[in-house]
Amino acid sequence: MANVATLPTARAPDARSPAPEPLRIESLADRQRRRRRLVLALRLAVLVFLVGGWELGVRAGAIDPFFFGQPSAIADKLVDWSVNGTSIGPLWWQVGVTIYEAGAGFLIGAVLGVLCGIALGRNALLADVFSIYIKVANSIPRVVLGSIFIVALGLGSPSKIALAVVMVFFVVFANAFQGVREADKNLIANARILGATRWQITQAVVIPSALSWILASLHVSFGFALVGAIVGEFLGAREGMGLLIATAQGAFDANGVFAAMIVIAVVALLAEGLLTLLENRLLSWRPEKSAGE
Amino acid sequence: MSAALASGPMAGDSAVALDGVARRFVTPAGDVLSALEDFDLSIAPGEFCAIVGPTGCGKSTTLGLIAGLARPQAGSVRVFGAPVSGVDRRVGFVFQQDAVFPWRDVLANVSAGPRFRGVGRSRAEEEARDWIDRVHLRGFEKSLPHQLSGGMRKRVALAQTFINKPEILLMDEPFSALDVQTRELMQEELLQLWSANRAAVLFVTHDLDEAILLADRVAVLTSRPARVKSVHAIDLPRPRAIATLRYDPRFIEIARLIAEDLRAEVLKARAAH
Ligand SMILES: Nc1ncnc2c1ncn2[C@@H]1O[C@H](COP(=O)(O)OP(=O)(O)OP(=O)(O)O)[C@@H](O)[C@H]1O
Ligand SMILES: [Mg+2]
Repeated sequence: MANVATLPTARAPDARSPAPEPLRIESLADRQRRRRRLVLALRLAVLVFLVGGWELGVRAGAIDPFFFGQPSAIADKLVDWSVNGTSIGPLWWQVGVTIYEAGAGFLIGAVLGVLCGIALGRNALLADVFSIYIKVANSIPRVVLGSIFIVALGLGSPSKIALAVVMVFFVVFANAFQGVREADKNLIANARILGATRWQITQAVVIPSALSWILASLHVSFGFALVGAIVGEFLGAREGMGLLIATAQGAFDANGVFAAMIVIAVVALLAEGLLTLLENRLLSWRPEKSAGE
Repeated sequence: MSAALASGPMAGDSAVALDGVARRFVTPAGDVLSALEDFDLSIAPGEFCAIVGPTGCGKSTTLGLIAGLARPQAGSVRVFGAPVSGVDRRVGFVFQQDAVFPWRDVLANVSAGPRFRGVGRSRAEEEARDWIDRVHLRGFEKSLPHQLSGGMRKRVALAQTFINKPEILLMDEPFSALDVQTRELMQEELLQLWSANRAAVLFVTHDLDEAILLADRVAVLTSRPARVKSVHAIDLPRPRAIATLRYDPRFIEIARLIAEDLRAEVLKARAAH
């Protein structure tokens, strides 16, 4: 106890070297904590440097704010949007619409992708028949389908959801399929010997082993769902962040484009955090995770 | 046992019978690789048979055929007189590699067999606890495989297999990854479990001492394509003292005999490579 209590004064390297065992352990944890703080401080410094440089560059006349915006003006824009609303309606409504479209597309695409990936991964004939079509579909730039969906489904949410579904489906599908294919043959043989039916093997062995592949794909694909929803709105919509960007672009308002980008980035980061929580919960059996705790 | 008697007059004779079995693979280069050719072996109910042979000769392949995980290209594989046409409920298999489910804790791993076979959760877990006790893993019910040592994982695999009360037990080098002390403990535990259950055991090993310590008969396989070169009856009395039996003169005599038999094959296998 006494050692721990004297620790803050014992920080200097020369004072620490003759310290007894418990103190050395304590100082190792302490060093890690200090390193983390250092990294955080450096990160902040980089941010301040970039944003500050940008702002100063504009003020000094080196950067043209008409094309490249200005941090303080972007901040003003964000405040203005949240207080007074945007030109197309309240900000929270636009964010909500885009989250709804991306979220619905993400859920539908992920569920379809997982189901199809597992079904094809477990059935060699289905896999042989459909794999060629999936390869073809995967190689077309799918964003272009957005135009078709808007013509077919109109300016409302369904066309954006459809585009997000298409963007998400193939990524999740490819990963689920691969994950099923990579399932350990020994574990499958063991389950068979222990008495598992085909369906029980799928449940007890194939899905758990494919899960880390599937979850990895979900991380990437929420970003794709956002891209799908926003591009869809960009191509033609009555509301949403994509329309907000298109409107700002039409008004030559670079700050508006950047402000919308920041809002979207926050949404993406929050979703990423939620997915990481989900992943840690579902994959808690993995050795790396518990070792890191 | 009753199953063995029920399946026909001839069937009672042997738990496992391989007759003129051939198993061939097509290599990536397109050649045919013969793992087993003209392979004959039979094991009586309750018999402990060890299989030794040069590496890569076809021992795991043989066990896979008996387990119904693969089909032979020629010959017949019978279990209690009936041709093998898939995985049989009466067969248990302890694999060469780790095959416990990494995402299930010990209790869920051990109760997997009964659960797959339709036993209710509470009864399956009750049985599983009993087996976890018998392999000395009490207190580790909630541990995940990666939190256990290699020897403990092997014991989970044993409990997982034994809980299904197999009448035929296939074991593929189950203890080869363990240190000497743990291996001796596991061998003793295996003999105890076996003497209580009296399954027919096929035990593949590279360790000749282990084969002689455990088995009633030791079959020596030829280099690939594998056939049974010779079968040695081990007339050492049971119960056997694992720790001291290897210094017994009779043990040493048997070991020398089999070792000479095996060395010829290992040299042949090496010359072929
Ligand atoms: N699925 C497969 N495809 C092609 N060749 C195979 C396959 N399985 C096994 N073999 C070949 O068959 C031979 C016998 O393999 P097997 O695994 O039965 O050997 P083993 O006697 O168990 O060897 P070890 O003692 O090293 O475990 C090997 O030469 C191997 O290359
Ligand atoms: Mg083998």
